[in-house]
Formats: sequence, structure tokens, C-alpha cells
Amino acid sequence: MSSTFSDHSSATLVAPHLLDDTHHEHHHETFISKYVFSMDHKMIAKQFLVTGIFWAVLGGLMSVLFRLQLGYPDASFPWLEDILGKWAKGGHITPEAYYALVTTHGTVLVFFVLTAGLSGTFANFLIPLQIGARDMASPFMNMLSFWFFFLAGLVMLSSIFVETGPFSGGWTAYPPLSALREASPGSKSGMDLWIISMALFVVSSLLGGLNYIATVLNMRTKGMSMTRLPLTIWALFFTAVLGVLSFPVLFSGFILLIFDRNFGTSFYLSDIYVNGVGALPNEGGSAILYQHLFWFLGHPEVYIILLPAMGMVSEILSTNARKPIFGYMAMIGSMFAIAILAFLVWAHHMFVTGLNPFLGSIFVLLTLLIAVPSAIKVFNWLTTLWRGNIRFTPGMLFSIGFVSLFISGGLTGIWLGNSALDIHLHDTYFVIAHFHIVMGVASMFGMFAGIYHWYPKMFGRYLNNTLAYIHFWITFLGAYLIFWPMHYEGLAGMPRRYYDYSIWESFKQFSDLNRFISTVAMIVFAVQLLFIANFFYSMFKGRKLLTQNPWNSNTLEWTTPINPGHGNWEGDIPEVYRWAYDYGKDGTEFISQVTPIGSSESTH
Amino acid sequence: MLINSKERIHPHMFTLWVSMGSVIMMFAGLTSALIVKKNQSAWINIEIPYQFYFSTIILLSSSGTIYLAKRFFNLRNMHYFRMLSLITILLSFFFIVNQFYAFSVFENNNLHVFGRNSNGFLSFLGVTALLHILHVLGGVVALSIMVFKAYYSSVKTYSNSRINILSTYWHFVDILWVYLFLFFLFI
Ligand code: HEM
Ligand SMILES: [Cu+2]
Repeated sequence: MSSTFSDHSSATLVAPHLLDDTHHEHHHETFISKYVFSMDHKMIAKQFLVTGIFWAVLGGLMSVLFRLQLGYPDASFPWLEDILGKWAKGGHITPEAYYALVTTHGTVLVFFVLTAGLSGTFANFLIPLQIGARDMASPFMNMLSFWFFFLAGLVMLSSIFVETGPFSGGWTAYPPLSALREASPGSKSGMDLWIISMALFVVSSLLGGLNYIATVLNMRTKGMSMTRLPLTIWALFFTAVLGVLSFPVLFSGFILLIFDRNFGTSFYLSDIYVNGVGALPNEGGSAILYQHLFWFLGHPEVYIILLPAMGMVSEILSTNARKPIFGYMAMIGSMFAIAILAFLVWAHHMFVTGLNPFLGSIFVLLTLLIAVPSAIKVFNWLTTLWRGNIRFTPGMLFSIGFVSLFISGGLTGIWLGNSALDIHLHDTYFVIAHFHIVMGVASMFGMFAGIYHWYPKMFGRYLNNTLAYIHFWITFLGAYLIFWPMHYEGLAGMPRRYYDYSIWESFKQFSDLNRFISTVAMIVFAVQLLFIANFFYSMFKGRKLLTQNPWNSNTLEWTTPINPGHGNWEGDIPEVYRWAYDYGKDGTEFISQVTPIGSSESTH
Repeated sequence: MLINSKERIHPHMFTLWVSMGSVIMMFAGLTSALIVKKNQSAWINIEIPYQFYFSTIILLSSSGTIYLAKRFFNLRNMHYFRMLSLITILLSFFFIVNQFYAFSVFENNNLHVFGRNSNGFLSFLGVTALLHILHVLGGVVALSIMVFKAYYSSVKTYSNSRINILSTYWHFVDILWVYLFLFFLFI
């Protein structure tokens, strides 16, 4: 942290706005400087995206593997032994492997895919382009942010290959499983690597977040007041603020964990007896302490994941409904409220940890308050669609899908937010269903919407539409088919994180349902591969973009050349005269932000 | 907001302010963790030895010297600037050594900061103090580079943004310590 003003960064901060009139492409770019250690925000965005895709495939594949166990606990798959070796002896995934897969799946999807892959990609890509800047405030720090993320990924990847396996105590890494080497195979070097990887990831997030904040506040083009910003930028801005303020707290939790693991302290440990080791000397620690520190990040983290999706969806809905976004200021206000409340509700993950019930009731109140800004946003999205002249582009479909998923998952949040109901629902499949729908799938949909919408700007070509529609419908239906039934399992008390439900009298009834869920999961996974094929194929062979502004959109990124160079605009950065949502105003279909207000125009 | 004002904040200074927010959150996390844990069983408060008062005085005087260094830099008096910077660096080394010395006092009284049978309160103090020392070292490195450049660089730059940022950070790290010191003193 203290290195933020070390020597190097200053050289790169020839704030690009000072270079407005100079032509940018005068220096020769090598392969390394253009594609590897690039300082162009657009290239860094693509690096985040492609790395995110890699992790999405790996994390998704892991879920297919453990769904195989859950859906077919009695079957044996000899080919599993071929790929997993001792982790699938006799074609059965071992319990250790099962837990390792679940843990790595969770960690990778939450942090690498939906945090770095999502906000890393779109904050990098959209902030300079939509606010009218030539690059980030510090392109060098931006590059570092990607490479720290990349390194975090390498370390996490290497943990899959160590003798004792990757960490297997769940993505939340609660002690004592995460603090005691003796506790499980995954708690040995797997956990060391997990924590190193996450520490690198925190550094990457902080570097990125600092940059996004500095850029949004300091580098907007002439006329781009804060209230003329597209909602994408507001969302990415709040995301960065949340990250910068909450990741350090997680970091402090990790530091204490490192001391407990390696230096014999007792921050989280007390009165523990380990089979085969005996009683431990640790006295006076508290595992709940870790949970406080973790969820103080953990809850803002879920909004770090969701807010960028919300922002992009707002933008895409408005553009493709050919209507101004409904309640622009209310949208900003509700994002602000969500950002504040995100810091005040962490204990709703801890209702059943022995939390004082009176304290619990305060957290119930604060948690349920989040429903208010959430409902405002939903209302505004629906009213934006209402009587719109809707173009069902793939990006639009995924945005509408996002709204649907957010409603479904948000409603179950209200159940969970009641501490009395949570006694029954905590740690069941109901929670799994809730957060996969509202966070996992919904944010994934936001990400897909963003990719379909901005792909032409990224690569100068379109994605294939037919494949996109297949991708959307199967993913949309599949997501509901996978996660909806889990609510019933959870209501029936089926706990999460069990290896085999078929041996429990109470949960035997769900065998068929589990098989069904697993089957759909595999189909949905296969369809994602179709998307990836489309993604890479279209990069080289997709239909070429012939106009600058394919969606007839108002925002600044569509005023750049079809394939913008480093610096984004040739010549001057355009000046902005209006907000981003003049669709259908005074009978004009759309009016770009760079069009001056006409003399006879009505004001809003 | 910021964009129209004449006195635009230097972009690095801005980044510094945001990262100071981050650092504050990290230490707030640690100190509030202590409050949570204090209310649990087996908690023993330990008296803070007087060496920590020394540390505090040393660090605060380094804030004074860097302030003077900055004044002289702005007066283009590079001789005094270098001298005061060196004193600042020296003081921070005194501070670090004294911190370690203070901890050795505990160990001599058979109170353990880390390791087997360590005391919870002291472990917190130890981790927090170590992290704080890392932040001091960060400042030392940055200041050393600056002084080094003032000696050897052939291009003499008199842009004062760098020293402004550095001294802001320095004061921040000092205030941070004062907060931690008072926290552990009165908790
Ligand atoms: C009205 C809004 C919401 C409410 C009231 C709510 C409430 C809750 C509660 C009380 C839990 C804890 C359940 C338990 O463990 O027993 C929970 C879990 C969770 N929620 Fe929400 N939630 C809401 C929206 C969201 C959103 C928008 C996201 C993400 C974008 C999200 C992500 C999660 C995650 C990831 C978990 C589970 C983490 C884990 O235990 O592994 N929630 N929610
Ligand atoms: Cu939460």
C-alpha cells in the first residue's frame, strides 16, 4: 500500500488529458508492449476478460465434477480416475476431492470470475471510453493490477497440483479448518497457496480500485459533470469505493490467520482437540472473530460483484428500449444507499453463531432495508422497458434475464434476512439457491450482456447472433431449472456441503431431483462452451463492424473510431453537452452526448 | 467537483488520500477485532511499558523534521532539505529499533507476543505494530529515493508535489501510530 507513490508510477502519470492535441501513435509498439505488458486500458480489459473466461471454464468444470457426485453418488466413472488420478479412486470422487472442488469453485467464481473478470474487464474498458479520457489516471498501476491478478491465479492454479490438494474448507475459509494444518489434507500447503493467492488478489483489487476512483473523479472530459455520467460509470465507481474500503478488512483477517497458522498465536483458536494430534495449547481465540472480519468484506463483496452488472444492464436496457432510463437520479441514489448499507449488514451471515438476538434484530432491520433501494431499481428497470420500442439484441435479452433473476433471488433474500427463519434455512440449499440466482447467475448475465453489447467496440466485429440466442435461452431456462428446485431441498432442511445425501433417510427423496439438477448443469455448461467458441471465432471471423455506432447509442465510446488506438480519440476528445439518455426526445430517436443542446430543444 | 477548481489536487496526492482510506480500514479492522475479542473469556490486559511513549515521541519529532524539510525544499535550500530528510530517516530507524526493544521488555517478563502461550492482547499489539512498521519502512524507502535523487540526479527538479505527498503520508503514519498507541493504552 505504501508503495502507491513509489518512484515508477509517476513517470507513467503524464496525465493523458495534458496530451489532448498530440497524436498518440507515434511510438512503435512491440508484441510485448502491445499484448503482454500493455498499458492501454482497452488491452488490459481484454486481458482481464480472457483470464476471467479461463477461470470460468475451470471453475465451471469443477462444478460439473462435483455435481456428478451429487447427482450420481452410486455410479462410478472410470474416466474420472484417468483425469483426476488418486482424487477419484475407482471412478468415485473422494470426499477430500469433493470438498476441494467445492471450495475452489466458490473462490474462483466469486473472486476471479465475477470480481476480476467482471469489474476488471468493464471498469477498464468503459471508464475511460465513457467519461472521455485517453486512459486511466495511472496506466502503470492499471497494468500492475492485472499482473497481480494473473499471479494470484497462477498461485491458485498451482495449489491444485500439490500433493495434499488445494484448500477444502469452503470459499469463506473459516478457521479452524483454515488455521490448522492438521485439520484436513487441504489445510496444509493448499491453504498456504490459497492465502498467498488471495493476498495477491487483494493487492490487485486495491490497485485497480484506486485507479478507477481517481479516473472517474479527475479525468472526465469537458462538460461531463457527474450527473451526466452513464449509470455504468456510477456503478463501477461505487464498486471501486466498496472494494477499496472493504478488501483491507479482509486483508487484516488474513494477516491474523497467517499468524495463527505460522506463528502460534491464538486469534481464532481455542480449546481444540484434533484427532491423531491431541489437545492444542491454543487458548482464548475465537473463530467467530474471523467470521466478522470475513463478512465485513464478504457482504460488500457480493455487491462488488452485482453493481457493475446493474450498471451495464441499466445502460443496455435504456439503449435497446429506445427510452431514457427511468429515474436516473433515483438509480444513483439507490446505488449509493446499497453501497452504504452493504457495510452495515454483515452479521446476517452470522445469525446462528450465537450472535446476541437483540443485536441480530438490528441486523434484520438493516438487512431488510436493502430491499428498498433494490425494489427502486427493479421498478426503474421495468418502467424503462414499459412501452419501449424494444430491440431484442442478445445483450438486451441477457439484461432482461438479469432483471428476472435479480427479482427471484432478491425475494429469497428477504426470507433469509429474517433471523428467525434463518435458524431453519441457514446452511441449507435454500442459501445456495438464493445466492446463485441473485449473485452468481444474475451477475453472469450482466457480464454476458456487457460482452454482447460491447464486443463490437472491443474487437470491431459482431458475435454470431444465432449462437447468442441459443446461448441465452438454454442458459436462462437452465439457470432456473438448476437453482429453483434447490429452494425446496433447502426448505426441507437439506444442508449444504454434504458429500452424499443418498445415505440420509430425510434426503433420499431428493435423489431424482439431484440427478435432474446435475444433468441440467452439464447441459448448461456445454452451452457456455458454445459461447466461448463464438467469442474466439468471432474475434477473427465475425461479421465486421461497418459503422461507428452499431446500436445507435448516445454514449461517448461510440464516437471513437471503429478500432480505436491507444488514446481512444484521434484529435480532440469530444466535449459533452447532455446526459447519456436522450432517447426518443422530441421525436428524435437518439441524441449523442456530444450533440450541443439545440435552441428549440426542451430541457429535462 | 474537483474538475473545475483552479487548485486541482495533484493526481498522486488524490491517490494517496484514497489509499490512506484503505489503510485506515485495515487498522480499523484489526482494532475492532480486538474489541470483539476483549469481550470473550481468557482476556488479560497488559500494561504498556514506557518504551512505547519514547517511540511515540521519536515518531512525532520525525513529523516535525519532515515538515521542516519540506519548508526548506520549498525555499530551494537543498542543503537543509537533505540534512533534515536524513534526520527524519534516522529518527524512523530509532523508532523501529525502539519498537522492537519495547517488545523485548515483554519477553523478558515472560509475556509472549507470538508463539506458544502467547497473550491475546500482546499478539494484537504485535501484529498491529509490525504492520505499522512496514508502513513506516515504505515511507523511509520513498524518502531515501528522493534524497538520493537530490544528491545525484543531474536534472534538478524543484517540483514540490513529491515532497508534499511524502510529508502528508509521513504525518499520516505518525497519526496512525498515535491512534494505535492511545487505543492500546486505554482499551
Ligand atoms: C434483498 C436483498 C438481500 C437480502 C435480504 C439477503 C439476505 C441474505 C442472508 C440473510 C444471507 C445469509 C443466509 C445464511 O447463510 O443463512 C444471505 C446469503 C448470501 N447472499 Fe444474500 N441477500 C440479499 C441480496 C443478495 C444479493 C444482491 C447478493 C449478491 C449479489 C447476495 C449474495 C449472497 C451470498 C453470496 C450469500 C451466501 C454466502 C455463503 O454463505 O456462502 N444476496 N443473503
Ligand atoms: Cu450478505
